[in-house]
Amino acid sequence: MTIAVSILPEQQLAALNAAYRKAVARKRLRLLLGAVLFIAALLVAAIGAEVNLRTFFAHFGNFVSYFDRIFTLDNGQRVWTDIGEWFWGWHKWLKLLGETLLISYVGTLIGAIFAVALNFFAAENTAPARWLLFVVRRLLEFARTVPSIVFALIFVIAFGLGPMAGVLAIAIHSTGALGKQFSEIVENADMRPVEGVRSTGASWLSCMRFAVLPQVIAGYVSYALLRFEINVREASVMGFVGAGGIGMELIVAIRKFYYSDVSAILLTIIVTVFLIDIGTGWLRSRLFGKEART
Amino acid sequence: MSRHPEIDTTQLRARYPDVFSRPASARLATPAMIAAALAILVFGLVDLDFSLSRLLAGVSQLGWITMMMIPPDPGSSLPLYLKALGETLSIALLGTTLAALFALPVSLLAARNIVPSGLFRFPVRRFLDSIRGVDTLIWALVWINVVGLGPFAGVLAIAVSDFGAFGKLFSEAIETADQKEVEGIRASGGSALHEIRFGLMPQVLPVIAGQVLYYIESNTRSATIIGIVGAGGIGLQLAEQIRVLEWQKVSFLILMILIAVAAIDFISGKLRFAIIGRRAVA
Repeated sequence: MTIAVSILPEQQLAALNAAYRKAVARKRLRLLLGAVLFIAALLVAAIGAEVNLRTFFAHFGNFVSYFDRIFTLDNGQRVWTDIGEWFWGWHKWLKLLGETLLISYVGTLIGAIFAVALNFFAAENTAPARWLLFVVRRLLEFARTVPSIVFALIFVIAFGLGPMAGVLAIAIHSTGALGKQFSEIVENADMRPVEGVRSTGASWLSCMRFAVLPQVIAGYVSYALLRFEINVREASVMGFVGAGGIGMELIVAIRKFYYSDVSAILLTIIVTVFLIDIGTGWLRSRLFGKEART
Repeated sequence: MSRHPEIDTTQLRARYPDVFSRPASARLATPAMIAAALAILVFGLVDLDFSLSRLLAGVSQLGWITMMMIPPDPGSSLPLYLKALGETLSIALLGTTLAALFALPVSLLAARNIVPSGLFRFPVRRFLDSIRGVDTLIWALVWINVVGLGPFAGVLAIAVSDFGAFGKLFSEAIETADQKEVEGIRASGGSALHEIRFGLMPQVLPVIAGQVLYYIESNTRSATIIGIVGAGGIGLQLAEQIRVLEWQKVSFLILMILIAVAAIDFISGKLRFAIIGRRAVA
């Protein structure tokens, strides 16, 4: 059985074809223009960033051999042939790692507490006054945009060397980041319970406590756990500027070319980050069911 | 007027015991968790040498510093700072682009619908994970050993650490792509490469473009800090001015960073809107 496919008359077809080709050509031209602009920007950036491919290729062997060197012990053998020698400082490192975890935990929790206190003022639907919304939002934006290590640099001068500066830097950055995320959850909350509570003559505070908080608390905890994961990574480099944790030991090892120490410390950090990722993922799925894991 | 029937609570209690008295374990779970969280917090505060006197002294010190920061003033080094800012933006742009270029082929290997065999996919994923587990600053330190101090080390550091992030994000984007289009290509006799080029890429590229733009934005922030370890950009100036306590210059530099980040935010928001439409901007 054959089916006849109706074909438009030649003239009509030609006009449609021409229109199609024109549309495609226009799209291609736009893409080409975008690509040219992008490549031009890249070239300018390459000059600005002093990219020198010759040094790159001349020294690239260094990069590969660096990994060779960090996996070699002082006596010239591979690190895994003598685990005891490789992880000779495990006692000290584990202690510092514990400090790193504590820094991120305390920083995240303080940040979360401040974020909970501020986020209702930063949400469109619950802010009691426009000017307050504006001020709190700018404040959170500031806390979020300035990198935490810059805060740490300043706090090290104000509060002295040590983990306290790191905790406060992480707390401020977390306040900014969590405050924004929390306020976005609040903006998505159902406002009908709020009306219900307000109709009983409740104050603003009771409205937030009894109508909004029960809807959003699960989201808060989920975001705070995610932030804890991120902060563990951040805290691992806080020591670079003297703000406590394992970073201090790492930067000393890298700068002084204690090669096998570098690999040992890096490995402990990576394994810890893995474990924390898995642990918080498990906790999230335990608390909020499977779908909250992503 | 009709009256509600009298509610017999004792009967209700007997019928729905779970509603009226939750088991002790369920009632105690939340307070116990909060108590545990607070206990760790207190332990942490003690272990990390927090004390009220230090906190107060630090805050008053911080107040002084803030006073000294006003008004922001670059002194005579404005051209130097502008050049450093340009360097930072260059580092972010180049690093992100390099990372995206290298991550795209690798992300195909990590996607379930391209490489069904878990045996092969698993090592690729773990490899990407371990790259992501190492902070950008650490990569910067490693690259400084290789190509020397300067912004080029920063470009490579951002490229490597984003390579890990992009590999994961891209492979997730590929996994969520619609398989019907791929099947269509296969049905019309296309090879595996055709399937990827004409079935997957048109779906995935806009998503990827959005992610890359977002990362350029967030890398502007990362690029400001890798200067602290000597990998070029405005962070180098910032760290130096903080160390010599030139607070007016510090506040000027922070202001410059804030403005630059806001500008990049704005531009990339517009571009993302142009590429993928309203939905993905939020």
